[in-house]
Amino acid sequence: MNPIPEQKIHDTLANANLQLAIYDATARLMHKRRTALDNPLAADFEAWREQANRIKRHTIENLDHYLEQLEQNLVHNGGKVIWARDATEAADFILKLAKDNNALRLVKSKSMTTEEIDLNERLEHHRLDVVETDLGEYILQLAHQRPYHIVAPALHMTRYQVADIFTERLGVAREVVIEKQTMIARAKLREKFLTADIGITGANFLIADSGAVVVVENEGNARLSSSAPRIQIAVAGLEKLIPRAQDLAIFLKILGRSATGQPLTVYTSFLAGPRRAGEIDGPEQFYLVLVDNGRTRVLADRDKRQALYCIRCGACLNHCPVYRKIGGHNYPWVYSGPIGAILSPLFHGVTEDPWLPSASSLCGACGEVCPVKIEIPKILLELRNDVVKAKQREGSGKLERWAFRIWAFFMRHPKLYEMAGMAAPAILPEASGGAWIQSVALPLRIGPLARWLSQRDLPPPAARSFRQQWRERRRQA
Amino acid sequence: MPKRVSLFVTCVVDQLFPRAGMAMADVLERLGYQLDFPEAQTCCGQPAFNSGFWDQAREVAAHFLDVFEDAECIVVPSGSCTAMITHHFAGIMEADPALLARARRIESRVYEFSRFLTEVAGVEDVGARFPHTVTYHDSCHALRELKIKSGPRQLLSAVSGLTLKEMDAAEECCGFGGTFSVKFDEVSGAMARTKIESIHRTGAEYVVSIDSSCLMQLQGALSRAGSPVRALHLSEVLASR
Amino acid sequence: MSRDHILHKVRTALGRSAGQAVEAPPTPWIKIPEVSMDARLEQFCKALEALNGKTLVAGSKEEARQYAGTLLQNRTAIASNAPFLAACGIHTIPGVLTGIIDRVALRDACAGCDVGITSADYALADTGTLVLLSSPEEARMISLLPPVHLAVVPRDRLLTGLDELLTVLPVPSQRSSSMVFITGPSRTADIEQILVRGVHGPGETHVVWV
Repeated sequence: MNPIPEQKIHDTLANANLQLAIYDATARLMHKRRTALDNPLAADFEAWREQANRIKRHTIENLDHYLEQLEQNLVHNGGKVIWARDATEAADFILKLAKDNNALRLVKSKSMTTEEIDLNERLEHHRLDVVETDLGEYILQLAHQRPYHIVAPALHMTRYQVADIFTERLGVAREVVIEKQTMIARAKLREKFLTADIGITGANFLIADSGAVVVVENEGNARLSSSAPRIQIAVAGLEKLIPRAQDLAIFLKILGRSATGQPLTVYTSFLAGPRRAGEIDGPEQFYLVLVDNGRTRVLADRDKRQALYCIRCGACLNHCPVYRKIGGHNYPWVYSGPIGAILSPLFHGVTEDPWLPSASSLCGACGEVCPVKIEIPKILLELRNDVVKAKQREGSGKLERWAFRIWAFFMRHPKLYEMAGMAAPAILPEASGGAWIQSVALPLRIGPLARWLSQRDLPPPAARSFRQQWRERRRQA
Repeated sequence: MPKRVSLFVTCVVDQLFPRAGMAMADVLERLGYQLDFPEAQTCCGQPAFNSGFWDQAREVAAHFLDVFEDAECIVVPSGSCTAMITHHFAGIMEADPALLARARRIESRVYEFSRFLTEVAGVEDVGARFPHTVTYHDSCHALRELKIKSGPRQLLSAVSGLTLKEMDAAEECCGFGGTFSVKFDEVSGAMARTKIESIHRTGAEYVVSIDSSCLMQLQGALSRAGSPVRALHLSEVLASR
Repeated sequence: MSRDHILHKVRTALGRSAGQAVEAPPTPWIKIPEVSMDARLEQFCKALEALNGKTLVAGSKEEARQYAGTLLQNRTAIASNAPFLAACGIHTIPGVLTGIIDRVALRDACAGCDVGITSADYALADTGTLVLLSSPEEARMISLLPPVHLAVVPRDRLLTGLDELLTVLPVPSQRSSSMVFITGPSRTADIEQILVRGVHGPGETHVVWV
């Protein structure tokens, strides 16, 4: 049971530049989404969300059927499906494939699933040259960091930090102009694309009726990764399925708008196997690595399996007032923000980071914007209940448990409740003219009271409670 | 239209902000309602529910049902306590069909104060006068669970002398979040400060809300920042003459 | 075997058995608006230009060829094998490479050229999108590697939008191993959310309607 990373959170909050970077970037992404939804083309957005939710629910509830259909169609298209129970199985397959094909260099486009299974580290460990090619991911790979945000991975970095990283790791002259930095990366990565043997992509959607993988992006690096090398591997979680290509009519519309406010991203690739007879280019071999890595565990939880509907748009992060303060690196796993706060405990169990479902003010903004209508606040509440039950089983968290038992006892006994209320003015300092309390005497400076006062003043306890005033009012009447 | 209304003032108003409760009673009485305050009332159970202690939340919720079982119409000066009753009681009572049925029966009789005024009493102008500039804070649960957005603004706009100025971050959480405010005190505090920056940008003298917990958070942060802006419950504005 | 293990776990979690029937999924949400060809052209050009793409509605094939000729001045170009490009005379513009059918040779040629010229199988009016299917006529790399992409497209391929495309091509994989939608020039905003065009794909997109 890991404790709240209080020091790390404190450092993030105390870093004024970082706070500004997170707040501005998320504000911009929210604004772009809002603008896209205000466009008449998106007039049906609420209906799209409802339909997307229905389709995802149907697919997840019948996942085995669609997995088999996908495999059958993908094999028909000349591709191969590799089923990986966990990170090791996924990496082992790719390692063996690289070895069998004398492949040394791999180019990769952005994929949260590969982040989740630490694919780069595993491949690098076997001396393979794995290169991230999304600009943000490339910067992070050079800096040895994990993504700060599902959609904008280097959201926390300034051009000056990028300049330092490029100078140090690429040996180029210091360059702080963003356009020029981008061209440095383009040139470096172009060479990698043209010499790579294997390209690895993720998948935004797996299409069962087509045996296809859909990848959306803006840069062109996923197109290059999937089409320039002679071998393509797509790595995807089991839950990425949708039944039909025609379902893209809503999924592409909600994804682009929710993520970056685009009606369609610059590139959408619909990839169905290796190149066919007569086609000029495209990979000679095509593999889809289907990753479980905990998904079947989530699937077994009937109430919370809807978390698997997620299409990784990042909207819940942008709209989360907690994410906007603590950023992406204080969450314990690769998935951050509200969706991370539910995915991490669902994949790993609630006892690893029992504080995580509580790292939310339950404002509900995440659920309001989720394009597939995952009830994130409801799941957070259920996970908190799971945490309480787990702690009870393990015999920990006694203090809080007893506090709530005693609290509930008082709340069921109005007389005790009233007496406790009358005690407060006796303990707390006398309210002078209704002024709010800035500090309390030392013996009281503990626990929740101290934590409240660390940030805010405390309301003076009312001299007479509502019920006392009400009685008086009734007597006078 | 019910003539008799039961008040559930919530534990926070009872203990910390009785003024907001008295103001609510004033407004309702002026509109001709007979008020009833069941003295055995305490809390809706939300603190335990939000903290994952659903057994304890259920006990307290059951006590609420005992107290308000026969009430014809219940008015509450809090969006989040209303949402607890109307949106969450059922969820924690699923395993107890008898209790669940009682919760289901009460849901439609519980009204957040501003919603009661605009949708049941059918008033917008309650005859109040408050010659000040005011900004309205959307409490999260009122906004997103109860879908209350325009009602309080209509009520405020009808107050004589009042100028309503929207803040840019009206829908952004104040950072209270129940035990979140003390478990993640620094994050909660930072959220409150962001919110009060937005309040200050409006130049308003008062920030108004329909949830006392938000007001406790906001007034606490305003007070700590030495700001002259004051946080008020909607009922206090509507009761002003 | 991992396959069976995973499928077994999925079925256990869902309470399903192998081969158990599945009720029909919700009907696809497809809505095709009535839009005249002229209005489509206007929509397409407006949408693409908002993304910094260049457009021309040409009155003739000759006008399209002239546009290409002007764009190509002193630049090298590679054109796809699309018959429509040949019909427009694009292949005979000096400096235009065409007819390559070897994967590696094509890739290297694309990497060295300034402009890639393709046609398009379809286009989507409401979003300003080109739809290219990989085939003996259209290679994947031509619209991707050169810094400038020029598409010369007959106007009868302009559909109203994504919904119509998915009605015309309900299972795109039956036609090709690859279908790509191109909506404007390649872009990134990964550093400080500042928009930069041409990061990996072309930074310039030109579409000529014939």
